[in-house]
Amino acid sequence: MSDPLFWHRLQFGFTITYHYLFPQLTMGLALLIVVLKAIALRTGRAPWDDAARFWIRIFGLNFALGVVTGIPMEFQFGTNWAEFSRRTGGVIGQTLAMEGIFAFFLESSFLALLVWGERRLGPRRHFLAALALFVGSWLSGYFIVATNAFMQSPVGHEIAADGTFQIARLGAFVFNPWAIVQFLHNQMAAVVTASFVMAAVAAYWTLRGEHAAVARVSLRTGVVAGLAAAMLVAFPTGHHQGRMVAAKQPVTLAAMEGRFESGPRAPLAMIGQPNVAERKLDNPIQLPAVLSWIAYGDFSANVRGLSEFPEEDWPTNIELLYYSFHVMVGLGTLFIAVMAVAALLALRRRLESSRWMLWILVLAFPFPYIANTAGWMTAELGRQPWLVYGLMRTAAGGSPTVHGGSTLFTALGFAGLYLVLGVLFLALVAREVAHGPRRPGAGAHA
Amino acid sequence: MAALWFAISAVMFAVYVVMDGFDFGAGALHLAVAKSDRERRQVLAAIGPFWDGNEVWLLAGGGVLFLAFPKVLAAGLSGFYLAIFLLLWVLILRGIAIEFRSHVEDRMWRAFWDATFTVASALAPVLLGAALGNVVRGVPLSADGWFALSLFESFSPTGALGILDWYTVLAGVLALVAILHHGALFLAWKTDGPVRERSLRLAGALFPATVALWLAASAATAALAPEVVRGLAARPLAWLSAALLLAGLATSFVARRAGRDLAAFLGSAAFLLGVLAATAASVFPVMLKSAGDPALSLTALNAAAGERSLRLGLLWWPLGLALAIVYFVILFRLHRGKVEAAAEGEGY
Ligand code: HDD
Ligand code: HEM
Ligand code: HEM
Repeated sequence: MSDPLFWHRLQFGFTITYHYLFPQLTMGLALLIVVLKAIALRTGRAPWDDAARFWIRIFGLNFALGVVTGIPMEFQFGTNWAEFSRRTGGVIGQTLAMEGIFAFFLESSFLALLVWGERRLGPRRHFLAALALFVGSWLSGYFIVATNAFMQSPVGHEIAADGTFQIARLGAFVFNPWAIVQFLHNQMAAVVTASFVMAAVAAYWTLRGEHAAVARVSLRTGVVAGLAAAMLVAFPTGHHQGRMVAAKQPVTLAAMEGRFESGPRAPLAMIGQPNVAERKLDNPIQLPAVLSWIAYGDFSANVRGLSEFPEEDWPTNIELLYYSFHVMVGLGTLFIAVMAVAALLALRRRLESSRWMLWILVLAFPFPYIANTAGWMTAELGRQPWLVYGLMRTAAGGSPTVHGGSTLFTALGFAGLYLVLGVLFLALVAREVAHGPRRPGAGAHA
Repeated sequence: MAALWFAISAVMFAVYVVMDGFDFGAGALHLAVAKSDRERRQVLAAIGPFWDGNEVWLLAGGGVLFLAFPKVLAAGLSGFYLAIFLLLWVLILRGIAIEFRSHVEDRMWRAFWDATFTVASALAPVLLGAALGNVVRGVPLSADGWFALSLFESFSPTGALGILDWYTVLAGVLALVAILHHGALFLAWKTDGPVRERSLRLAGALFPATVALWLAASAATAALAPEVVRGLAARPLAWLSAALLLAGLATSFVARRAGRDLAAFLGSAAFLLGVLAATAASVFPVMLKSAGDPALSLTALNAAAGERSLRLGLLWWPLGLALAIVYFVILFRLHRGKVEAAAEGEGY
């Protein structure tokens, strides 16, 4: 109870997990809105414009939650991880400041134009505002992922005589190979979320026989983008993530797979429970040699097990890490299947009449959120026990003067506040969905 | 190099106060100046396109501090731990109130968010002002550069220190009143009809209060932190800032009475900028003053990141700032003129 570090970790983990529920939709939806508006601009057909307008409203609501939950993140580096901030600020301060000045200004200004400016801007410039918003939100994703990439695989820095981290090569740090791979995977995963949400709303309207025109274009967009993104998440981007972890954090890979002993032709566990006490995987059902291929592109490669590494370097929560990774990969496989079937039906013009498929689409939308959260849990638990991989331990990063009780209090404060906000947010989105798309000037919205 | 980044941080935070200040002021006053739902939407439409971008100045300022003075950021945020979270929660409620209010047309729903919006908008400047008061008064830094303050102790800036004492509360109240004045002038500039008239009337009442509190706070500062007066006397940049402050104050008064709304608002902006710039120029290079041994203070010189990090930061930072200014110009141009209450189906 009195160990402040535990509460710092809990609070940071909780607030960041909550925050990321919103940006993943923001970033994915920003791309889909650009697509909708581009098609509207080219074809001049009203349903595309109406769909864009509806999704911009959802976007605005979601964005507001992303903004208010993001601001505490920025501050918690200083409040809860003061020693970490003091030592690494000379490096990660760069990308965090870049995010503010290059991405957040862009996003916030152009969101205002998108929401407030349709009449003033005219269609072409309104499209450009959507494009700017897309660029801004993906840039902000990049800078934060680059910050995280430094923690996962530090490059471009030097350690000064007083133990602080300083930039040595800015380019190497900003374009960290880890950041690029992680960004591509993460962005595809964000598009998966947005596609599933779009498809779910459209499927719901279709099942109820409402808003047929807008439902049709949204369903199309969601299914096509969903299929493409779901495939790209797995291959090549997910595969590359795996290879990178194998190369830079081999002990993490072993823990993700619950692999205790080394050996060639390493199998990929489909089912099984890691048993850390006895150092084995219980009840395994495995795909032979697949892990060797994912990690090194060679079915016979040797994959090292946990026993080859000193125990103090093992990730601290191997069980959760293992399950997170498997939940992500398992869901990723399912997403491809779901969207492939939906796309096939759409191709045969039977999607709108296949009620069972529409039901699946309606019910599927929470799962990309789960997969995204599980993915980040994999990355963040896999990084343990390091705060900066190999250089600074998590235990060394907390705030020296903050009591555990204070952190418990603020963590509870966030829990309460976020619970209320979450409930209201869902209710408001549900209302918007129930109202459906509206023409400008015709709505009840004040 | 460190001095340059000190100036940059000061400018970022000063711009933040001026920009988000008008949102806070308008938000805290909106129940007083806007009586009907239509008028309230007029107030929201006046700040709607801007508030999120304005808030980014705080984040970008924090980013600058992180990059250039990580030690100050780390010590300051962890030392003021609970107060920082109060500010964060207030900012959350403010943003949510603006967004959520418009989505449901129901009197109780709107009354609730209007009240939340008012309280959150009023609390934010109090907290920010008290924070500035703490920085000027000093905090109990230890030899390794950390501190922790509880919310209040003896309530005296010379006894056992807490975040709140009469001096920092005075700074908070000054901030609130000055920001209310600022917000009233903003609304006078951006709105028409009864909202404008009520805002002008309030600005008229708030002006003398602002001046009186500012004089009181200045006198208290001179008594508690004589080095500020010495700095002010010795540094030309501080004189310039003081001149800006006085010119701004005079302009806001004269222009308001002459019915020149924009000039009055800009005068108030100049006043706020001047106060903050004069403070920063006078205390330089101290960023986090030690209440005990002055040698323990965190300064722009002893708390800066490495020289190389500072130099590399200058490669891209001006470009980012230039872009940000372009966005704001576009935004203000597009929303120039007085606002009507938002049209149905658009905005808030
Ligand atoms: C819709 C969400 C989603 C789906 C279906 C997948 N991923 Fe993923 N994955 C993410 C969402 C995600 C994520 C949330 O975006 C993470 C967390 C950090 C990151 O950049 O991406 C991530 C991280 C992540 C990591 C951890 C990297 C590290 O430890 O730092 C690996 C190895 C993979 N992914 C591999 C895969 C593979 C082989 C998949 C096969 C289907 C897969 N992911 C599907
Ligand atoms: C949205 C995605 C993210 C999720 C879900 C997430 C999740 C978590 C979780 C669960 C923890 C606690 C781990 C533990 O203590 O065992 C944690 C810690 C942390 N994360 Fe993340 N994280 C995310 C993104 C980021 C990013 C982008 C950064 C950096 C820019 C970051 C920085 C940190 C830091 C500093 C800690 C505390 C130190 C530590 O426990 O290692 N996280 N995160
Ligand atoms: C510790 C980690 C994080 C910090 C400090 C952080 C900080 C912030 C802040 C301050 C905002 C509000 C910006 C505004 O006022 O306009 C925000 C929003 C946003 N963040 Fe985060 N964030 C973190 C994690 C993430 C992650 C992991 C991603 C995605 C990869 C992400 C993507 C975004 C995006 C796209 C927005 C725009 C608003 C929205 O999407 O709702 N953030 N973040």
